[in-house]
Amino acid sequence: MLKSFRLGGIHPPENKISRGAAIEQLPLPESVVIPISQHIGAPAVAIVAKGDSVVVGQLIAKAGGFVSSNIHSSVSGVVTAVGDFVDASGLRRVGVIIKVEGDTWLEGIDRDSSLNKICDLEPKEIVSKIAAMGIVGMGGATFPTQVKLSIPEGKKAVYLIINGVECEPYLTADHRVMLERAEEMVVGISILAKALGVVRTYIGVENNKPDAIAHISKVIAEYPNIDIIPLKVKYPQGGEKQLIDAVVALEVPSGAIPIEVGAVVQNVGTALAIYEAVQKNKPLIERVVTVTGKKLEKPSNLMVRVGTSIDSLITYCGGLPENSGKVIGGGPMMGRAMCNLSAPVTKGTSGVLIMPSEESLRRSSSVCIKCAKCVGVCPMGLEPYLLYKLADLGRLADTEEHKVTDCIECGSCSFTCPASLPLLDMIKLGKNEVMKIIRTRK
Amino acid sequence: MSSILLFTIITLSTLGVLAAVILYFVAQKFKVYEDPRIDTTEGMLPGANCGGCGFPGCRGFADALVKEDDISALFCPVGGGETMNSIASFLGKSAPEKEPMVAVVRCNGTCDNTPKVNQFDGATSCAVSSTLYGGESGCNYGCLGMGDCVKVCNFGALRINSESGLAEVDEDKCTGCGACIKACPKMVIELRKKGPKSRKVYVSCINKDKGAVARKSCKVACIACSKCVKVCAFDAIKIENNVAYIDYNKCRLCRKCVLECPTNAIVEVNFPPRKVVEPTI
Amino acid sequence: MSNKFIVSPSPHVFGKDTTSKLMRDVLIALLPAFVVTVVIYGMQALVLTGVAVVSCVLFEYLIQKFLLKGSNTINDYSAILTGVLLAFNLPIGIPIWMVVLGSLVSIGIAKMSFGGLGRNPFNPALVGRVFLLLSFPVQMTMFDAPDMVRDALYGATDAMSGATPLAYVKDALKNGCSVSEIMPNISYQNMLLGIKSGSFGEIGALALILGFVYLLVRKVITWHIPLFIVGSMTLFTGALWFFNPEQYMDPIFHILTGGVLLGAIFMATDYVTSPMSKRGMMIYGVGIGVITILIRVWGAYPEGISFAILIMNAVVPILNKYVKPARFGVSK
Repeated sequence: MLKSFRLGGIHPPENKISRGAAIEQLPLPESVVIPISQHIGAPAVAIVAKGDSVVVGQLIAKAGGFVSSNIHSSVSGVVTAVGDFVDASGLRRVGVIIKVEGDTWLEGIDRDSSLNKICDLEPKEIVSKIAAMGIVGMGGATFPTQVKLSIPEGKKAVYLIINGVECEPYLTADHRVMLERAEEMVVGISILAKALGVVRTYIGVENNKPDAIAHISKVIAEYPNIDIIPLKVKYPQGGEKQLIDAVVALEVPSGAIPIEVGAVVQNVGTALAIYEAVQKNKPLIERVVTVTGKKLEKPSNLMVRVGTSIDSLITYCGGLPENSGKVIGGGPMMGRAMCNLSAPVTKGTSGVLIMPSEESLRRSSSVCIKCAKCVGVCPMGLEPYLLYKLADLGRLADTEEHKVTDCIECGSCSFTCPASLPLLDMIKLGKNEVMKIIRTRK
Repeated sequence: MSSILLFTIITLSTLGVLAAVILYFVAQKFKVYEDPRIDTTEGMLPGANCGGCGFPGCRGFADALVKEDDISALFCPVGGGETMNSIASFLGKSAPEKEPMVAVVRCNGTCDNTPKVNQFDGATSCAVSSTLYGGESGCNYGCLGMGDCVKVCNFGALRINSESGLAEVDEDKCTGCGACIKACPKMVIELRKKGPKSRKVYVSCINKDKGAVARKSCKVACIACSKCVKVCAFDAIKIENNVAYIDYNKCRLCRKCVLECPTNAIVEVNFPPRKVVEPTI
Repeated sequence: MSNKFIVSPSPHVFGKDTTSKLMRDVLIALLPAFVVTVVIYGMQALVLTGVAVVSCVLFEYLIQKFLLKGSNTINDYSAILTGVLLAFNLPIGIPIWMVVLGSLVSIGIAKMSFGGLGRNPFNPALVGRVFLLLSFPVQMTMFDAPDMVRDALYGATDAMSGATPLAYVKDALKNGCSVSEIMPNISYQNMLLGIKSGSFGEIGALALILGFVYLLVRKVITWHIPLFIVGSMTLFTGALWFFNPEQYMDPIFHILTGGVLLGAIFMATDYVTSPMSKRGMMIYGVGIGVITILIRVWGAYPEGISFAILIMNAVVPILNKYVKPARFGVSK
């Protein structure tokens, strides 16, 4: 019996069209837009101005607080503006706009591809180096990694769990990383383990990626403290709490974070970034992005510099197909629909999914027939039908009492609803409102 | 047979009397004294329970009116001055002076003025849409037209105009309770003085983008050109965050700014048609 | 940007289930039982079911159109399902006009007066059946055994003609017969195949179980409610039977008779009127099982599952309020 998390879960069609496409380097764009806020927490503070020349890997914005992240230039060239740009949601944000000239890298970055397994740094030095290099969680949440590695007083990290689940349909970026960059990734994992001082490290991979499981098993043979755990395919296994439940059978208490049960979860992409940051001095300036879609000419996995426009990714993969209805940043379950394709790729862009228009519109909704399917699939054991109703009525106190803040926004309820009710839309709204109230209480 | 009948009648009657006596004494024992004026005051209030006064329902407000010595800060927007005056005279306190207010939707981003650049397909809720992204048009500030305000209005004073896609206020029904203002995630709605004969002049735009950007997304956006500020003789117009705002306490309804506005962002409502219509170029 | 993109909150993909698909699946699951009924009772079963379905759909359409002035809802198959279930709960000899009246009560009173699909607190088909049972007790308990059943079951003795096995046993026990005297007249094998008298949809136990398997495979329902009903009945009657096998029938008899399978699989699991959480479903199932047996053994009616389901329907809102699903990360 393969392991999996216990409560709820769904099986959306996988559609991993781009699983066979090896990672390709996207040619350098003509200009990039690097947002100063690509992470959860305070925006970074820009330290370059219009007219400045920058090189690849140069720090251009400093972390604006404890929960924040450094931002580095992903190209070399001249800063043409530090100001407004329109992001993928049509909102105006602040970014550094750089015109690309050549490809000069900052001195000190080791661009040699040879594997460097030895890391002599102390745990504290590792964490500060990770902070300096602007590493954030690359599974999509973009939480600054150094914060996650700073274990609060009185707690101890026992397990390091590496998230290679990639349970989102369509996405294959992590899968390709595990196949092509496993050696470096595993060194990254061992560095992480050292920084945290954990007892055991597990790599959780769903068994729809047997090639990755086989490959990693070979690579980790020489690391006695790292195990790979094949998992039963079930969405949302990549959710932090679900993954911990699946791998070590521990339930993170409601309202707490994983360290409460001694676990730290990191994504495989983050592990690779950590390897490059610590061993090669390379900041987080590029990432693997899956560009996919049923009608797309050439579904691919691309290594893309942060700040490249999403347009150019799609053009590289054969252009926007006729009849495209929706473009999603991320996967189809939790990704954000985009309305502006000139927006840049950020540290958290794991995929660009193009959906044909016939699949883009939702079915019209009807009444709730109390089928209880949403309750059955909720991985957090909540009652989506009730939260939906309460949030819609604005009964926030009741919404809070029914644990809306535990919702991980995985979308299983909306996915499964036979009446096509916009369950998650309203639940998210209720959750936001409740979070606001909770914050004012403090 | 008759004895059964008799027995039944006697038993039930005794039980009934007994219960009545017990209930009477319990009611006496647990009686809570309440100022009878609260009931009367509550009866004088409109009974909308809209919360526009800031109290939980009309009873809460009546309670406050009776208990507070100075009620000049308290006001029922629904009942208006008349109701407040009669309540004040009943309670022997001085009534607050307040002019009637009415909700105004400060957006003119109709489908023609503000072309849509994408299509929203989610729960019919302005709040959901506004937490998700910028909006269907290029303007991040305007009315979304999904009726969160309509839903909260207790008086049926709001509706979404299906042609323009914007919220509209029925001034005859609007009581100025302010529920819609709290419901609107874009803060498009504002309470303004109802004005003589409901006449009003206001800037129907709250787009805070710079002029060129605002204009690009909407034909009738305020571009903060300051022309209205210069033409106003009463110092009623101010520009803040790239958008003009007319102070309704200072505005004398001269309407000079309306003519001056290059983008027609300033609107006049309920005025008779102008006598001289000059041909515009 | 050449074309207008669609923007919506996540998720962007959806499952294939729709309300009408689920209802259609339940209808498909009822097919085997329907076939058994038609084989045994012939055309009359077809006619009754047809009448019930047509009148249910018609009433829903008319009420929706002229009273509620709402959009047309008959496409969701729920009225058809109510019609079929109502018909399955009637004896074969019932006059047609009663079927129509039952449909009116089911749709008009039990369903549409609460606002239609999704809002009714009680199972519409059962309300219709119970209304008919209380209003026309004679016609509703005249179970004319078809020729085929008569031949197979009773042979020369005419002891049980017209009565359901449950009614027969209840009567016999009341008259002082012991179980061992009754047993020769009862054949479990025939019951499984549907050769017994009863409401015409409940007779084929195997066919109903086949439908149950189909519903489970299609994930239309979960196993909780049916199994907890049958399980609690087994335990309860088993205890009684163990205590005095001469006075009480064995569990198998109770489960195979009186519409228990039809009720447990198709009526108690009705989405709208059953609990939302798994724990709630378990309590609900046990409640139905226990009340059914209480009515059967000590009550006035020989069967009882209809009443049991309706009583537990009334408890569902309380179960939904107080019995919550197992939350993640909340200690129990």
